[in-house]
Parts: sequence; structure tokens; C-alpha cells
Amino acid sequence: MAAVNAVEPSGSRGRVGGSAGTIGPAGRKGRGLRGVTGAFWLFVGPFLLGLLIFVYIPIIWSVVLSFSQAQNTVTPSTWVGLANYIDLLKPGPFLDSLIDFCIFAIFIVPLTFVLSLLLAVLLNRIRIARAFFRSVFFIPTACSYVVASMIWKLSIFNGVRFGLANTVLSWFGIDNVAWLATPSPPLYWVAIVTARLWLQVGFYMILFIAGLQRISPQLYEAAEVDGAKPGWQVFRYITFPQLRATSVAVLLLLFIAAFQAFDEFFNLMGNSSLARPPLVYLYYTALGNQDFGRGSAGAVILALLIMIVSLAQGKLFGFGKAAE
Amino acid sequence: MSMPVRLDRRRFLGAIGVGAAAVAGSSALSACGGGSSGLSGDSGGSGGGGDKPNLSVWYHQYGEAGTQQAVERYAKEYPDATVKVQWTPGDYTSKVNSGLLSSSGPDSFEGTPNLQMVKAKQIVPLDDILDEIKSDYTDADIKSVSVDGKMYGARIVDDCTLIYYRKSMLDKAGVKPPTTMDELVAAAKELTTKDVKGLFIGNDAGVTPAYGGGSMLGPVLWSVGKNYLTDDNKVDFTGTDVENAFGKLRQLVVDKSILLGAPTDYWDSGSFTQGLCAMQYTGLWAMPIVQKAIGDDFGVVAFPPYSTSVGKPSTAQGGWSAMVSAKSKNVDAAKKYVKWLWVNNTKDQEDFNLSYGFHVPPRKSLAAKATKLQSGPAAEAVKIYNQYAISGGTTWTTEMNTSFGDAATAIVRKGKEAGPELAKAETTINGILDKLLG
Repeated sequence: MAAVNAVEPSGSRGRVGGSAGTIGPAGRKGRGLRGVTGAFWLFVGPFLLGLLIFVYIPIIWSVVLSFSQAQNTVTPSTWVGLANYIDLLKPGPFLDSLIDFCIFAIFIVPLTFVLSLLLAVLLNRIRIARAFFRSVFFIPTACSYVVASMIWKLSIFNGVRFGLANTVLSWFGIDNVAWLATPSPPLYWVAIVTARLWLQVGFYMILFIAGLQRISPQLYEAAEVDGAKPGWQVFRYITFPQLRATSVAVLLLLFIAAFQAFDEFFNLMGNSSLARPPLVYLYYTALGNQDFGRGSAGAVILALLIMIVSLAQGKLFGFGKAAE
Repeated sequence: MSMPVRLDRRRFLGAIGVGAAAVAGSSALSACGGGSSGLSGDSGGSGGGGDKPNLSVWYHQYGEAGTQQAVERYAKEYPDATVKVQWTPGDYTSKVNSGLLSSSGPDSFEGTPNLQMVKAKQIVPLDDILDEIKSDYTDADIKSVSVDGKMYGARIVDDCTLIYYRKSMLDKAGVKPPTTMDELVAAAKELTTKDVKGLFIGNDAGVTPAYGGGSMLGPVLWSVGKNYLTDDNKVDFTGTDVENAFGKLRQLVVDKSILLGAPTDYWDSGSFTQGLCAMQYTGLWAMPIVQKAIGDDFGVVAFPPYSTSVGKPSTAQGGWSAMVSAKSKNVDAAKKYVKWLWVNNTKDQEDFNLSYGFHVPPRKSLAAKATKLQSGPAAEAVKIYNQYAISGGTTWTTEMNTSFGDAATAIVRKGKEAGPELAKAETTINGILDKLLG
């Protein structure tokens, strides 16, 4: 991405047209693609164009829609100012969905963090079949959320006697449990949280392994010389502090991923006020009710919240600044 | 394990009164997951390069085997245009909603017309092609496709919902088919054993309207003689009677006598035929499958009235209509196709309504001579349909349904008090009505 800065020099020549391939450094007209600038546009141009058409324009369009009354249309004519935002931020389903998200994050973020760290530390210690175990834990990452949700819903956590969870319970003489349909206690969180945990723990484990491998062995040698006991003490005073950058990155990524949760909620719970995270609510608002104005406003609010959280962590932990 | 995709029943339910943005009813969501991006590769009818126009016609996925081949066959039979069928598994509502925003969507599609689409100029009136058979439609059908006195959809199928009961199970327990809500609650409780639940009304306890959910949102109101909205578009779902009726649904949850977490939802008869439940609320469409699976060990009754003095039996006036997108580049050709297939082509209409799942052919003259619907439970169902079918009207939108569904979910599944929850929904829905009608 740093390459984007290179737009500056050529930009200052005022020669940046839309079509790559005709822009060469000044004074080399008609020679086609030559030199660094031409090559730069050849490589970056298509990508940039795609980014513009499929990412930036829609984002800008979405912001425009969020200030309009866009019911059953994406080319609205009525400007309503902040009405959509005010509407959403009144007590109601959107705020409820933010609360749902918070509950979800409270479960999933620490749980994934601890588990993936644990797996990484264990994997880092074993001497045999390391690659095998690493692959085994990482494979679920490649599985689609939709497919996993289907398996969770239809076979593991279905509410009838042949569901896997209920079969196991029946060995202990416990009656069938309707996992996804029991609001008190809210057992559906078990299915939602375990699905995401299984899907993402391998990915964060890999990040932690990378972090662990960056720690200099000399630190451990020094600790041993100083009489630190292997195990908890070394982990507590050497390993974990050394993983600070990785930990903050993982926490932030986990938080954003949880914030953007959609697939498993959509497939496991549907449009259910029992557990409806913001994206599911906005999906139904925009595509179900065709209220593109409020849908876009909600999306902008979410984007702002994610930005605020990212900036706040930057202040607190400094992840993403120059390397420590 | 096939994906639960018998959307027609859900949709039809939508159609029942939950007429929703762009398509029928309760905003759709199926187990097939993933919303449609709207970036589907199929382009709509684009003028046609040859002498014949190209038309793109969209359907949701009907669950019965052979339905897709049937509509593709009809499309091939049509001489005046090249018709491409787009068969949509999963969340059909969202797909149509995106499709209707531009001219690259469908030329003709199925769903249920509603006021919101008309106001947004997304569909065109079809009175000119429907007038000749208007007298052959029932009043309920006409009401279901009319907005401000104009007709916007040609009926494809008419559906109704029923409570199916397993005769042998009821006999064994000494239970009679329910005729009031109290009897329904009592029967469900009586019929529940360790492995069999008394009643199945959907995995959402019938109150959470995702794609295919919310089966009870209409019946609970109709059981006390109310509806979502009154004929003059005022909120109709409040009052003591409604609160009491919700209380009965809550009772079913508390008694643990309803089946939850079944592999498929209420629009699929699998739970009933596999003996996971003794009674199931589902549609007429399922009858051929039920007959094949359990012979004549079943009967059907209408959804019961609240009590002997309050309300009437009810069934949902559901089904699907063919509409024409106002953004189509070929509005006239699309209208001609709809007229050829769903107005004049009685042979294909009979085939589609009776050869796969069971539906009531919308044209009265065809319904009258449908021999498959003239005996046994099917005849009973048609009788119930003709007597008790209730249409939800064309003003009720998905957004209203979501809000009402949230209230119902809080009451029935979380045990919250009915009055305040319904009042909250009423406030929200009045706001939406003001926007829509204002």
C-alpha cells in the first residue's frame, strides 16, 4: 500500500489520466510504457480502478444515502439530514443489536484469545508432529461460516433426539434441549460462540506462533541463568510481555471480527430479536425493508465505532504505530 | 439432508398477509445462508438481439420435486419471447429487492404486491390483462393483489395453512382435534412424550419472522377476529383479546409442548411425517408428501378460534402472484407472457397447482374441477380455505412485520408482558404508516 504514495510525483505533473499505458515520464511521448511511472500505473492502475469502483464509490454512495430518504430506491431525491441517524439511535432494535454485539464480544473475544494463545504455546513446545497439529487446528479457518453454521444448526445443535449434543446428553438421561430456541437460559449463545470459536481459533493461533517465534531465545537463557522457573513464571515474565504487540493486534482483530459478525447469526438465528447483531439488523433493514437510507446510516455508525475503537487502542497500546 | 427450501410455503405465508417489500411477506431468510448480493450475473431482458425479446422471469425455490422443470417447460412453450427462468434458492426477498432497483433485474417475478412497491413505482398495474378473468378470481384473491383499486399481480397459486394431526397418536392419547385455543394448548400438552412433542408451529415458536418464520403472527390475531391492520389501515393487533391469545402461545412454550430445533421448519412436513410431533401447522402444499409418507393416518383442521364465543377458525390466504417490474426494458412483452401463462393457459395452471405440491388453483373455474382436491383431507382443506381464508392486505410491510415479530418474540419466547410490548410495536408501526400513507 505504501506504493500509493507514488501517485504524488506523477500527480504533480498533471498527467494522471484514467488510462494506464499512455502516461510516461515527461519528454518520452509516444514511447508507451516506459520507466518507473508507467510500470507503476500498469501494476497499480487496474487494482486502483477496481478499488475505486467496488469499494470507494459504494462507500461514498452509502454516506449520501444515509442522509436521504431512500425507501425502495438507491437513487433518492429527498434529503433528510440527520433524521436516519436520530431514528436509529433512539432506543430500539438498532441499539439492542449493539447490546447483543457487546454480549457476544464479551464471550468470544477473551475466549478466543486465551484458547489460541494456549494452543500456540503448546504447539511451540512439542517436538514431534508440529506441522501436523498446526494444520489440524488451522484447517477450520478454511471452512465457510455458512457451511459451519449449517452443520451446527442441523446436526450438532438441533433440538431433536438425533442431534449430536442431545444424543450425548441422553446418555446421561437428560431430555432433549432446543439449543437454538431456548431464550431462558439463552443456550443459543453456546452454538453461536462455539461455531465462531472453532472457525477462527486456528487463525489467531498462527498469529501467536509467529509472535512466539520472534522472541529471542537469549531471553529464556538469561531467565534460566537468573533462576526463573520454567513454566508459569517464564511465561508470565518473559513470553507474555514479549507478545504484547501480537496480543494487541489479535485483540483488535477479534474485536472488529466480532463487530462484523453476520454469517453465523444470520444462519443460526435468522431475524431474531434474541440475538441480532448490528449487521444482521442492517441487512434486514436495507434488503428486507428496502430502507436503504437507514441501512446506510447504520453502516456509517458502525464504521465510525470501529474507527473510534481502533484509534482508542492506538492511544492506549500503540499497535499499528512504528514498530516497537 | 436437503436444504430447507420449500419457500413457497413460507413465502406464501408471507403472502398471507405479510405482504412485504418486493416479495411476499416475512422477510425471507433461509437456511441456505448468504444474502444475495444483487450482483447476480443474470441480466434481465435486454431488448433481445433477434426478432424475439428476451425475458428474465424470477421464481423462489418451490420445494416440491419437478416444480423447477415445470416452469422451465412453460417458458420453453412460449412462442413470442425467449424466456429465461431464474430459480432462486435461499433468501429470495433480498434478491428481488436488489433486482427491482435496476433494469438488470427481472422482467417478471413472483411475490405479493404491496403498497410500498407501488408507491416506489417498482411494479406496473396489470388490470388490462386481468380484467377478462377478474370475475373468475375470489374476492380474497382480488384483495391480495389490489392496491388503491388497481390489480398488480396475476395469481399463480393459492395456498392455505392447516393444523395436520396424526390420527393414531390422538386416538392413543384419547385427544380430539382442537376446536379452541384452550383445547389446542391442552391437546399439545397431552400429546407430548419424551420423544414426541404435541405441536410444531416452527422452530421460532411461530413468532420470529425471518425467511420462513413467524407462522403464528397472523393466526394469533385471527383467532380473536383481529388482523394486522384494519381495512382503513389502522393498527389492529392490540387489545385484551389479542393479549390473551398471545398468552396461549406463551403457555405452549412454558408447557414445553411445542417442537423446537427441528431440522426443517414448519413449512416442511418432515417433522410431522417422521413422528417428531403429533400435530403440525403447515400448508396444503405438503399434503401429497404427507399422504405418501403416512397414508391416511392424518386429518386437518383450521387454526382454532380463541374460544367458543370469541373469534372464528382461520387459515392464511397465501400464495404467489406474478408481477412485472416497472424497470423492465420490455414491460409489454413481460405482461404478454404473464397473460399467456397465468391468465389464459389453464393447462399449465392446473399442472403447476396440482401435479407437485397441492395448491388451490386461483381461477375458480379451475378450482371447481380439480379432482385431486375433491376428496379426503384435501377437500376438507379447500372447504376451510373457501370459508375462513384471511388476507393480510397490501399495506403491511416487512418492516412492520419485523417490529410486530419483535413484540411477539418478547411476549411468547421471553415471557415479557404483552400490553407494553404490543404498545411499543404499535408506536413504531404508526410511524411507518404515517411515512407510507402520508
